[in-house]
Amino acid sequence: MAELNTGDGGGGKGGKVRSKKQNAKVDLTAMVDLAFLLITFFMLTTTLSKPQSMSLGLPDKEKDPKDKNDIKVDENRTMTLLLGDDNKLTYYMGLLATPIAGPKEIAYGKDGIRKELLSRKKSVLEYSAGIGKPKNGIIVIIKPTKKSTYRNLVDILDEMAITGVETYAIVNDFSPEETKLVDKK
Amino acid sequence: MAKIKMKKKSMSTDMTAMCDVAFLLLTFFILTATAKVPEALPVDTPSSTVQTKLPETDLATITIGKGKVFFDLKGREVRRRTLELMSDKYGVAFTDDDKTEFSLMEGFGVPITSLKQIIEMKAADRSKAGQPGIPKDSLDNQLKEWIYNARIANIEVADKELQFAIKGDAKEEYPAIRKVMDILQDQKINTFNLVTGLRGKDF
Repeated sequence: MAELNTGDGGGGKGGKVRSKKQNAKVDLTAMVDLAFLLITFFMLTTTLSKPQSMSLGLPDKEKDPKDKNDIKVDENRTMTLLLGDDNKLTYYMGLLATPIAGPKEIAYGKDGIRKELLSRKKSVLEYSAGIGKPKNGIIVIIKPTKKSTYRNLVDILDEMAITGVETYAIVNDFSPEETKLVDKK
Repeated sequence: MAKIKMKKKSMSTDMTAMCDVAFLLLTFFILTATAKVPEALPVDTPSSTVQTKLPETDLATITIGKGKVFFDLKGREVRRRTLELMSDKYGVAFTDDDKTEFSLMEGFGVPITSLKQIIEMKAADRSKAGQPGIPKDSLDNQLKEWIYNARIANIEVADKELQFAIKGDAKEEYPAIRKVMDILQDQKINTFNLVTGLRGKDF
């Protein structure tokens, strides 16, 4: 492709026999192509093979995680997510006895929980601004049941990162009402 | 009539230098690339959108899958020291060769008493050996000791606090993950990394 043989330029004239100029060049195009292909391959595999990770900070264990609920938090700001079996997810706002919204089953992913989280986050911010504390955002309590999988937990933590919810906690204990709610489904 | 002869231009560019550079880079990348060690316990990690990379050094990875727990450490010196501390603790003797071999191998998941057998196996056989996982119940909590001694070893060798990564199988049920997190938290390790795959935001 790149090599044009210029040696036999006047081949048709006069029947003169010219000694053919030997072209000493080797066509390197294919070789360079191959080399760059391999370079690309090795570069991508070395940099992309490092696993991704998500850092997770948990509260100190001495403090019973239950205290999280006992600290006086405005129930209007809390949203509880119950991770059930079979990739089910139930949420409610506020206290379970007097919920502001829900309890309702919702799907994972961008059309389900993410939409809900974003709208709840907004409404909580509006509510906080209304009572004069505009910095208080939503508090999400994540409660993974024994039947929920690791994928569910990571999905929810991921949603927290995507929607920008800063205050969230993983709580492991369930009230009897919550257990009933999860088992009912 | 003066004939203007068009000089026939050679269309080829000189590729020699380019070729040289390309192969130089290629050699560099081949040599720096590390061969992927087969994992002792293959797991299917869940994916997330977070794009932080795991640290390269001072890292311990706890792999959880199928109810088993495997432990892996980065850094040869740290591994060697950890094994020494563990062998003191449990009274299991290891030879110098064993220690060297251990510092080079990948993650493992056996009780310390059968660790010697695993070390003596060939690398290819280890993954087939059906390792039962590190005991982690309250009676015989070897995982806790591994974590504890690895932290000591890392501070001795690198003078840095060891970081922990949890690599769980996506289908693993939460209690198994919680158990490991509890063991870590018992030692006041409250921050750790969860190893995940990569995905876009529209899932």
